[in-house]
Amino acid sequence: MYHLVMSRRILSSCILVLQATNQRLCSSNGGLHPKEPVIDEQTIQRLERLALVDFNNVAGIQRLTEAIKLADQIQMVDTTGVEPLDSVLEDRTLYLREDEVTEGNCAEEILQNAAKTCEEYFVAPPGNIPLPPKPVARYDGHQSDEQDCS
Amino acid sequence: MAAPTLEIKTLGLGLRLSSKGASNRLTNRSLRILFTRASRCKTTSTMLRPRLSKDSSAWESVIGLELHAQIASKSKLFSASKVQFMAPPNSLVSHFDAALPGTLPVLNKRCVEAGVITAIALSCHINKRSLFDRKHYFYADLPSGYQITQQRVPIATDGQLTFTLFDEKRRHDPTRHRVRIKQIQLEQDSGKSLHDDVNHETLVDLNRAGVGLMEIVTEPDLSSALEAAAMVRELQLILQCIGTCDGRMDQGSLRVDANVSVNRPGDPPGVRAEIKNINSIRFVKNAIDFEIARQTELLENGMEVSAETRSYDLKLGETVPMRDKEGKQDYRFMPEPNLPPLILYDNATIHTASDARSVVNIDEVRGRLPELPEAKRQRLVKDYGIRLDSAVKLVNEDGLVNFFEAVISEDRERDPKKVVNWLETELLKSLNDHDLPVFKSPMDPTKLGELHDLMTKGAISANIGKKLMAEIFQGDSRPITQIINEKGWAQITDRQELNQLCEQVLKKDQALVDSYKSGNTRVINRLMGEVQKMTQGRADPVITRDILTDKMTR
Repeated sequence: MYHLVMSRRILSSCILVLQATNQRLCSSNGGLHPKEPVIDEQTIQRLERLALVDFNNVAGIQRLTEAIKLADQIQMVDTTGVEPLDSVLEDRTLYLREDEVTEGNCAEEILQNAAKTCEEYFVAPPGNIPLPPKPVARYDGHQSDEQDCS
Repeated sequence: MAAPTLEIKTLGLGLRLSSKGASNRLTNRSLRILFTRASRCKTTSTMLRPRLSKDSSAWESVIGLELHAQIASKSKLFSASKVQFMAPPNSLVSHFDAALPGTLPVLNKRCVEAGVITAIALSCHINKRSLFDRKHYFYADLPSGYQITQQRVPIATDGQLTFTLFDEKRRHDPTRHRVRIKQIQLEQDSGKSLHDDVNHETLVDLNRAGVGLMEIVTEPDLSSALEAAAMVRELQLILQCIGTCDGRMDQGSLRVDANVSVNRPGDPPGVRAEIKNINSIRFVKNAIDFEIARQTELLENGMEVSAETRSYDLKLGETVPMRDKEGKQDYRFMPEPNLPPLILYDNATIHTASDARSVVNIDEVRGRLPELPEAKRQRLVKDYGIRLDSAVKLVNEDGLVNFFEAVISEDRERDPKKVVNWLETELLKSLNDHDLPVFKSPMDPTKLGELHDLMTKGAISANIGKKLMAEIFQGDSRPITQIINEKGWAQITDRQELNQLCEQVLKKDQALVDSYKSGNTRVINRLMGEVQKMTQGRADPVITRDILTDKMTR
């Protein structure tokens, strides 16, 4: 009997906490889910150029939209006065290494995966080659621009 | 009451003329100086391509500098591969430097200390907690595609650097300038690209990739190319003095990027252009001078200055737009997830550190700070009574201050001013002629002191002193007195002997004697020259002149 009373009290206090949290959680955006993101053509081309990721196809854009929607949920939380966390290591001590030379001297190893080398140098094109402009796949259910996932 | 001063900041020349007691009037002299200086400025600008209109002096320039100083450490910032200027390509590259997957950055303690010492030397506020970030861009010499830097919270902020600008023609007093240091941050260097235009490819050497750099950013407090060059020189001396960077711009250990804009007085600063990769102090001045002239010409002709990145072409003596810059970059800064915040301690907080030996204690580092160049100059002036510009020359040459102090400390009777004079003129000249640094001088402080004493006592003349310097620098390692005896270079101070020699000279050149007697007293120098020729420079000049004058005025 005693256990039942105890657990009911715990249960009710848990419910109260949950309700309070729910209030806080839903306060910043009015508790509404954020709108579905729309990614326009310019953004896609810019992202491709900056990140060199080829996602300019229906599936790719859809996946990006889903990812943004997932991340957008944080806007439903009231984060006033909360410092952003950028690393779970933030309380760790940053280890400082003594200034001694213990690495290097392995040119052959370093170069072994390179596509083209010349006398111990890596060979690269003469400069950054700009991406060729491509038409952007339409994510509107038309299926007209079909997959050319390369 | 202090004398009223009139300060005219001459635009683009960074000079301040103070005309004491002139209240609000421009004196004739200061006016003349102002215009000759301005016209000299115009002459130099017309030597460059852009042609300036008459009122080119009606523009102000605003200059800010970003300097990258390579940290003098044995190993790199985040990896344990060696730091060395010349080495076989890709031989100083570890797996982390090549951005192979699975490698992580490990911060070098010496690099942190270097950052802290530099921050202290530049009177900066040190952030006890600083963060690392990634700056993303694509280039062949950046294998990981990002550079680890400190964008949000750098290691130090809000410092200052003061320096003195000397007028080369010595017509004006030197002026003091102060530049605020915006921040100092630690970051990685990229590799080196060698462009092969024949085969249309780039050769990449990653030896330099990952070397620690201190990026020192100044506020746009500079207003002329001369100021900028002087500032860079002072910073170079400071960094070399504290040992955090060898400051060799020719080897790329110190690189300067200049942001330059011009505007009319009273207007806000104009659009700024960035000049990258200036690698000598002379080019700092030339490139900024050219850029100011170029921008002024554009604006005067109603055109706009574009916010672009340019580089200095030393063959043309001009700044040219840089190739390979793709418009405005978005660096997508993000926190470096593999590195926790960098915490620095001081004596008050060191007890909270988990291991006191493996952290950096700011106060302990501050205790190791050597005497900075400016303090050294002031001390030399105060303790030895030498002039400020002599002190500047001493501090400017690595090792010369120690040399000077050694000479004086061996014999306190020696006159510092005379010693400095000899060092500035003869010693530096000989070192330059033989391309030797001070520490490789065949003349050590003891020998130089000996030479100096012989000259002061009159045992040898100054001319012989110079000859002896040349001998010793050629490799003669005999003791000085031995050389003097063997070559018969002792100075002739015997009045009788000199008397005879003078008689001979006067007899030979009656024309000169007559010229002297008729009022042209300067011919005595020619007569002196004759005597010196006859004695191979051994005649005591004071006595000789005395005898000659005496004989001719009788």
